[in-house]
Amino acid sequence: MTVTRAEICAVACADAWRDSGEVLAHAVGVVPTIGARLARLTHNPDLVLSDGEAFLLAGPPPAGATAEDGGVIEGWIPFGRIFDIVASGRRHSMMGASQLDRYGNQNISLIGDWRRPKRQLIGVRGAPGNTVNHRTDYWVPRHSVKVFVDRVDVVCGVGHDRARAGGAGRFHDLGVVITDLAVLDYDAAGRLRLRSAHPGVAVADVVRNTGFELDTTGATTTRLPTAEELRLIREVLDPAGSRDQEVRPSS
Amino acid sequence: MAGKTLTLDEFATRVTSGMTIGIGGWGSRRKPMALVRALLRSPVTDLTVVTLGGPEVGLLCAAGKVRKLVYGFVSLDSIPLDPHFRAARESGAVETAEYDEGMFVTGLRAAANRLSFLPIRAGLGSDVLTMNPGLRTVASPYADEEYVAMPALPLDVALVHVNRADPVGNVQYLGPDPYFDDLYAMAAGACYVSCEEIVPTGRLLDHAPAQTLLFSRMYTTGVVETPRGAHFTSCVPDYDRDEAFQAHYAAAAKDPEAWQGFARTFLDGGEQDYQAAVARFHDHAAPRQESRA
Repeated sequence: MTVTRAEICAVACADAWRDSGEVLAHAVGVVPTIGARLARLTHNPDLVLSDGEAFLLAGPPPAGATAEDGGVIEGWIPFGRIFDIVASGRRHSMMGASQLDRYGNQNISLIGDWRRPKRQLIGVRGAPGNTVNHRTDYWVPRHSVKVFVDRVDVVCGVGHDRARAGGAGRFHDLGVVITDLAVLDYDAAGRLRLRSAHPGVAVADVVRNTGFELDTTGATTTRLPTAEELRLIREVLDPAGSRDQEVRPSS
Repeated sequence: MAGKTLTLDEFATRVTSGMTIGIGGWGSRRKPMALVRALLRSPVTDLTVVTLGGPEVGLLCAAGKVRKLVYGFVSLDSIPLDPHFRAARESGAVETAEYDEGMFVTGLRAAANRLSFLPIRAGLGSDVLTMNPGLRTVASPYADEEYVAMPALPLDVALVHVNRADPVGNVQYLGPDPYFDDLYAMAAGACYVSCEEIVPTGRLLDHAPAQTLLFSRMYTTGVVETPRGAHFTSCVPDYDRDEAFQAHYAAAAKDPEAWQGFARTFLDGGEQDYQAAVARFHDHAAPRQESRA
């Protein structure tokens, strides 16, 4: 069985939590969730997982299930405590992005003018708080010029230009952007650049699907999963294959 | 220590036009839907609704009850967006104040503490400040730092739904998450509680520890017993979200003609009519969702 794009993405997501230590992993989306759990089972055993509801779990829950279905609970984390953890910095998020600009400003709120949106999206949710309190990464399952735009309509997650203008405080920490095509990180000027293209993806494909200029010098190829990582993804974390719904095997 | 039990109709007369009402629960979870349905039947209008929003937002907007929405988010959880909320935003029909979720909670906490604001880091550098032009920052008097001065969100009334309460307004939740219901109660001038069951005070701790007593009668103005009063949102462990019905609601909300039919079938009568219509919906349309109990 060949390695799928979703599996490459899941391992890239897991690598984002490699050095985050004993903090709460916050993951939005199927592939980031697999990634956080994979990190916990491999290179970061200190990572703290939640079931997305009210409990911390000592390990990943049974595949496709919640704590109630047999996970080992190690803590209580109702919504009221999440914001205290965010404020304490003991958290590392990977969120989605409807729009993302070259400095990592992220929009999930709406398209158009905030007074009367052309399209209401999910709202700012916790993005403003996450990006000024702890490390935040982004996950983009469809890398396109619709997402990677010159200018976002609403800044929800705070980018480097705004942070450097003095507006976001001392805990602003953007990490990586993982997409179905590539892994991006930020250069010294705070601009997104290509760190690696996934196996089978040409650098030109990434550039063509990005709506602003992207530095590709120094770009490598994203690593392949190890045999053990593949086993954990396929047999333990996602035997139903829901990752393929988020990132098509053909892409 | 007078009893505080009310009927839904009595409750509805306590909310008047122009009030600011906070609605407890989180998304499509443990929302005081029977209280909201009572408001839909009342002549009240021009409300400012303060909420971590679920379907109550769409219902109140569709009924023309809302002047201003103050929210951390509005979502049906398993359905990301409420179509009525989306329509209200895209038509510019209601004034809005959208906050980061942590900022929203901080605003309630400030109101509960009788402060005009509380500092928070969330919001700095983001367009939450642009979208809420009245928001100010404040310099720390102790360090070279600046914070958002989140204004208090004081409420005229708070509405919450819980598993149990006693007749004098001691409030008990039996699910895993209190959400922010105690904070809404503390931020409000009056708090109305609906519950699955009213029990004598001496029975509150029969099967649950004292930590399940979420807030005391000091904060409670009135108590209404409304079994399945959070429907179609969840009220675990009594029942899960009614996903089939929620999907039916969201589909109808997308189409004005279908919505008229939905309102006629489910909303035009009283609460008992609503619950009976829901039972008929499940008899005809889909297998009834099993309760978690």
